[in-house]
Amino acid sequence: MTDQTGATTSDYNFAYLDEQTKRMIRRALLKAVAIPGYQVPFASREMPMPYGWGTGGVQVSAACLTPDDTFKVIDQGADDTTNAVSIRKFFEKTADVETTEHTQDATIIQTRHRIPEAPLTEDQILVYQVPIPEPLRFLEPRETETRKMHALEEYGLMHVKLYEDIARHGHIATSYAYPVKVEGRYVMDPSPIPKFDNPKLEMAAIQLFGAGREQRIYAIPPYTQVVSLDFEDHPFDPSKADAPCDLCGADHTYLDEVIIDDAGGRMFVCSDTDYCAGRQAQGHRGRLSPEAAE
Amino acid sequence: MMIRIENVSKTFTLHNQGGAVIEVMRDANLTVGAGECVALTGSSGAGKSTLMRMIYGNYLAASGRIVVGEVDVARAEPREILELRRHTLGYVSQFLRVVPRVPTLDVVAEPLRAVGVPGNAARARAEELLARLNIPETLWGLSPTTFSGGEQQRVNIARGFAHEYPAMLLDEPTASLDAVNRATVLSLIEEAKARGAAIVGIFHDEAARDRVADRQIDVSNFTPARVA
Amino acid sequence: MTPLLSVKNVTKMYGDRIGCADVSFDLYPGEVMGIVGESGSGKSTLLAALAGHHAPDRGEVHFDTRAEGLRDTLTMREPERRMLARTDWAFVHQNPRDGLRMSVSAGGNVGERLMAVGARNYGDIRDTATDWLGRVEINADRIDDRPRAFSGGMQQRLQIARNLVTGPRLVFMDEPTGGLDVSVQARLLDLLRGLVREMGLSAIIVTHDLAVVRLLADRLMVMKSGHVVESGLTDQVLDDPQHGYTQLLVSSVLQV
Repeated sequence: MTDQTGATTSDYNFAYLDEQTKRMIRRALLKAVAIPGYQVPFASREMPMPYGWGTGGVQVSAACLTPDDTFKVIDQGADDTTNAVSIRKFFEKTADVETTEHTQDATIIQTRHRIPEAPLTEDQILVYQVPIPEPLRFLEPRETETRKMHALEEYGLMHVKLYEDIARHGHIATSYAYPVKVEGRYVMDPSPIPKFDNPKLEMAAIQLFGAGREQRIYAIPPYTQVVSLDFEDHPFDPSKADAPCDLCGADHTYLDEVIIDDAGGRMFVCSDTDYCAGRQAQGHRGRLSPEAAE
Repeated sequence: MMIRIENVSKTFTLHNQGGAVIEVMRDANLTVGAGECVALTGSSGAGKSTLMRMIYGNYLAASGRIVVGEVDVARAEPREILELRRHTLGYVSQFLRVVPRVPTLDVVAEPLRAVGVPGNAARARAEELLARLNIPETLWGLSPTTFSGGEQQRVNIARGFAHEYPAMLLDEPTASLDAVNRATVLSLIEEAKARGAAIVGIFHDEAARDRVADRQIDVSNFTPARVA
Repeated sequence: MTPLLSVKNVTKMYGDRIGCADVSFDLYPGEVMGIVGESGSGKSTLLAALAGHHAPDRGEVHFDTRAEGLRDTLTMREPERRMLARTDWAFVHQNPRDGLRMSVSAGGNVGERLMAVGARNYGDIRDTATDWLGRVEINADRIDDRPRAFSGGMQQRLQIARNLVTGPRLVFMDEPTGGLDVSVQARLLDLLRGLVREMGLSAIIVTHDLAVVRLLADRLMVMKSGHVVESGLTDQVLDDPQHGYTQLLVSSVLQV
């Protein structure tokens, strides 16, 4: 469909949301970038997908997208799962933007539960889908109280959670959504990314977090200090499965464990499918690569 | 003078019985010097215990002055009276009132601990007194709440004499004691006098009174003529 | 001598009804003061106002802060007041559920205040928690159990440990022995008395139990309909009560 000026149109406003709503979200984003780690309330809209499917991330992406952007969506590292495919199609349809599966080609990457393995650049925006933005919620159910605790930097409770972990498991067993302190001020939930990804939170790209159901937006500007909480005698450890990728042989990436037969056979593969495919294209091979198995 | 009582009166107002005002004491005067023991006498109900309780700050005087050491008990703040009781003014009542579960040895040592005597020294002094008063060593680690009346009374006395108060109030210290323990208590009183304690006592035991008291004050003289 | 807490004309209204009216007193270091009165007499309202749980309509509550001496905690900024509440103050609730985190282990409950003031060594925190559990007579092997698994008396003792671990100077207690068996009460009272003595704590204890104040409190304040009707040395107020209401209160106690 083409309008009188010749531009492509659809039945939707660009990127689905109306301009006023995008403006409201951009204001919240500006505030979030100005106060790293602080949860900014915003008037989350009903989106044409259920809560828990990334409505917060989608709204943030919608507010950031321009017609010139190239968009990538990953779900737990993969570009080809239902959630990722649906959201990618959503913006293809409503914004008519280019999409890609290649991390380095994307200008905006919306993610659920992972940070890409390839380092991001200053020209990129990483948008996180966040289910529960409040890191203190685990022990303090009252929103009035958690807001006050943030305001007054009363973060002892966060360490109580880690204490409980060590008391019960002998080590800090929290392995995802591992709490961090941003720029020495706000304690923040980095969304359910594996703790392996925590060190990558200090990056060149701008990071935006959207929680649709909870109506919160927060951000980490480029090159911001992000420290994972820990104890002196139980320091933070960004561990991962102790194995290389069975497809590309990488020993420095976050791995998914896949059961491959009825006899308990299993394999480890990079959770970042694009990164793994890129390595394989460069000739890297793992234990179960098709050629290696031959 | 260690203890000086001037023109003290005492009334009880019974608000819940039509506001009846009962005047039980008027113009009480008494002084006790260091090393002196004054016995209060008078018939039952004449006000011996009332006067003693006023000196201790347990009853509030209606008027007059009750000076112990440097403190006017009739006007002092609670914390001043507590300080006075801790360091200067001891009281051996007829009844032992203690927190359940606390061992006898600690009950006796407590007044010493309260004035800062180290644990070991306080316990040593407590052991010495308990031994002198013939409390079997097997009982020292138990709470006195389960003891017999006579044993409780002796624990009470040991506690009262643990710290060397410059002023002491003794309410029937020899009551319900056998001859041996009675003699021990009288020696304790004499030793206290010898080190300079000013003592006010109530003794129904006349022989004991004659032995330790330097003077006797008949409290009936302070009893207002009552309209029957 | 500087009072630890100096209270002037504290008044709290609930609409037209009086919560507490014109309460003034000074509390000195090491003093334990009891506040007695029947239900609705305003004693809990007063305690909550003193502890900063709600703001009274009028009055001043000066606390002798470590850094700057006497400060009115009512006009103090909230961060400062909350900092006091987790360092120099402690609050023991009648119901341990209000004062404990029921989903956190005993050790975590005791350790929380330490972590709140910056403790970041797990081993040290655990050692301190173990020590405190011992002081309130809870076996060290219960350190990783949650309070739900504890009896009422143990929960109350845990609440006390959790509160005293940072060495506060002023403890507010709201009916600390309420709802406990008599024998459990006695044990708790003995424990509290020992801790108060040993740590040189000042405390304000709200209770309707005269036996509790006789054992724990140096001084007593009697409240009725929001007003203080009588105050003084505990044994003097109980043995020679001057006000009609106190006389009624004292004579109403069953003798055992």
